[in-house]
Amino acid sequence: MTEIVVIARLVPDLVEELEIATSGTALDLAWLRLIINEFDNHAIEQAIILKERSGATVTIISPEAEGVEDMLFTTAAKGADKLIKLTGVGEEKPTNLSMAQTLAEIIKEINPDLVLTGVQAHDDFTGDLAPQLADLLDMPYVGYISGISLGDGKATAYKEYPGGILAEMEIALPAVLGIQSSEEPPRYVAISKVRQMMNTASIEDRDAGVLETDSGVVIDRMYLPEVADRAEMLEGDEEEVASKLIAILQDLGLL
Amino acid sequence: MTQDIFLLIEHIQGQVSDISYIMAAAARELAQNEGDSVIGILFGSGAEGLKDSLAVDKVIYCDHPTLSEFTSDAYKRTLISLLEDYSPRAILFGNTTLGADVSSSLAAHLKFPIINSCLKISDSGGIISQICGGKIMVDSQLADKTTLITVNPGGYKPEEGQSSSSPETITFSPPDLENLKVQLTQYIEPEAGDVDISQEKILIAIGRGIQTEDNIELADELAELLGGAVCASRPVIDQGWLSTSRLVGRSGKKVKPDLYLCLGISGATEHIEAITDSKTIIAVNSDPDAPIFDIAQYGIEVDLFDFIDPLLEQIENAKND
Repeated sequence: MTEIVVIARLVPDLVEELEIATSGTALDLAWLRLIINEFDNHAIEQAIILKERSGATVTIISPEAEGVEDMLFTTAAKGADKLIKLTGVGEEKPTNLSMAQTLAEIIKEINPDLVLTGVQAHDDFTGDLAPQLADLLDMPYVGYISGISLGDGKATAYKEYPGGILAEMEIALPAVLGIQSSEEPPRYVAISKVRQMMNTASIEDRDAGVLETDSGVVIDRMYLPEVADRAEMLEGDEEEVASKLIAILQDLGLL
Repeated sequence: MTQDIFLLIEHIQGQVSDISYIMAAAARELAQNEGDSVIGILFGSGAEGLKDSLAVDKVIYCDHPTLSEFTSDAYKRTLISLLEDYSPRAILFGNTTLGADVSSSLAAHLKFPIINSCLKISDSGGIISQICGGKIMVDSQLADKTTLITVNPGGYKPEEGQSSSSPETITFSPPDLENLKVQLTQYIEPEAGDVDISQEKILIAIGRGIQTEDNIELADELAELLGGAVCASRPVIDQGWLSTSRLVGRSGKKVKPDLYLCLGISGATEHIEAITDSKTIIAVNSDPDAPIFDIAQYGIEVDLFDFIDPLLEQIENAKND
C-alpha cells in the first residue's frame, strides 16, 4: 500500500490585523487567529485524491497550535487515516530547518513513498520547509506542483512555470513534493462528520524535542509596511462612489 | 569566505527570466565595498551567450546537456559541487518556481542560513524582506557565514540589472550528473484559443472576495460594458471557476493594461508583482488594510455586492448619454 505523509501547518489569518510582539522582531501570536496554510490544504486534498484513485494510507502531521485538533479531525473526515500532533512546539516560531529535522525523524519511521506539503507558508522567513525536509530525508524535491500521478516507483508531477507553462517532471520515489494546488479544489466536509471523527478518530501526540529558534540571521526589526503612496480612497455611499469611479474612467478616456 | 555576491541566473526555454536581472540589481547593492564582485552562476547547454545582457562582473558557466533546462536535482548537485570551490558572502536565488526548488534544499544540505523574500537591500547592506502576503516587513542582516537569500520581484526594475558589456566567463566542470532522481519530460504550453490577458487594455480582476462561481457573471457583465476581459487571482483559479489562462500572478501571466479594476483581491505579493506595469489600478475591497490599496491609485472600501449593481447601472447610463 502506498504510504503518503502530509505536513499541515496553521498560519496567521491575513484577513485579521497582524501585530508585532513587544520584542519588535517577531509576530505577536497571542491574539492571532490561525487558519490552515492554504497550500497545505491543497496538499491534503491531493493526498486524498491519490488515495481515492489507487489506494494509499494518508498520515497527517501537524505542529501544535491553537485549533490544530479541529484541523486534524477535519482531515480525518476528508479521508486521512492517521493523525499526528507535534507537541512542545512553544510560543516562538522555530526555524524551518529545526522543524524539518524533527519531522524527518518521525517521517523516517513511517517510511513513506510520498511526502506532500504546501510549497510555501506565507509567514516563512527562514527558508521553505518542504525542500529542507527533502534534503534531510535524502529524497528528491520538486515544488509548485498542481497534479500528480503515481506509477511504478515514480511520480509524474506537473510543475507550474510563469506564463501558464507546465513542466512535466518524472520523480523517483520516495520524494517530497511542494504543492501549489490540488487537481480539484479542497473539499468541504460537514461539521457533523468532523464531530463524528472527534469521537472515533484519535490523534497521536509526538514530542517535538528541542526546536531551534535562531537561524543565524539577525532580525533587526519586524514592522508593518510604511506606505508612501496609498490609494486615493473614494468616499461616499455606494451610489456616490460609483459616480466618482465613472468620472475617473471618463477622465482616463476609458468610458 | 570572500565578500563576493553570487546569484543563480534563471532561464527557461532559452530566455533569461526578469528575476535574474532583478537579482543582479540587488546583488550590486549588496556588494558594498569596492573590489567585491557580483558573480552570476549560469548552468546550461550551449547557453553561455545568455550571460551577455546581465549587469554582473563575471559569470561562472557550467555546460552539460542535462543542465539545458532546469531540474532541481541536477542544479542542486552542481551547486553543491561549485560551492566546494567558492565561498561567497551571499548567494541570491529567485523566490520563483525555479529558485525556490533549490535554495532551501541547498541551505539545509550545506547548513547555510537562508533569508526568504528579500525585496530590497538597505543603504547599509541590510536585507529588507516582505512576508505574510506583503503585510509584514522584516529587516535583517547577513549571518556570519555564506547566507542564501531568495529575492522577490518588485524591489528593482529588470533594467537596473541589465548591461551592454559582456561579463568575463569562468568555466566550471560539471559533477557526475548520472542517476538523477528528477527528469523534465516535456513542457506543456497553455491552451490556445482563450483571450490573452497580457494583451488586454481593460481587465476586471476578481479574487477571493467574489465568493461564489455564480458571482463571476457580475464581473463578466462589467467587462462587457467596459470592453475588457475578466482575469483572476489564485483562489478563483484553484476553485476551477476560471481557466488557468486567466491567472494573473507568479505562475500565471504578467499584465500591463490601461485599467486594472480589481474586485475582492487582497493583493498578495505574488499577485502584485504581476500587475505593477498597469497604467491605472483601481481596487474595490471591504478590508481597509488590504495591501492592494498600497499600490492602487484609487481605492474603494465597500462591500462589493452592494456596490456592483449601482456601478453597472451607472455605467450603462453613462454609455447611453
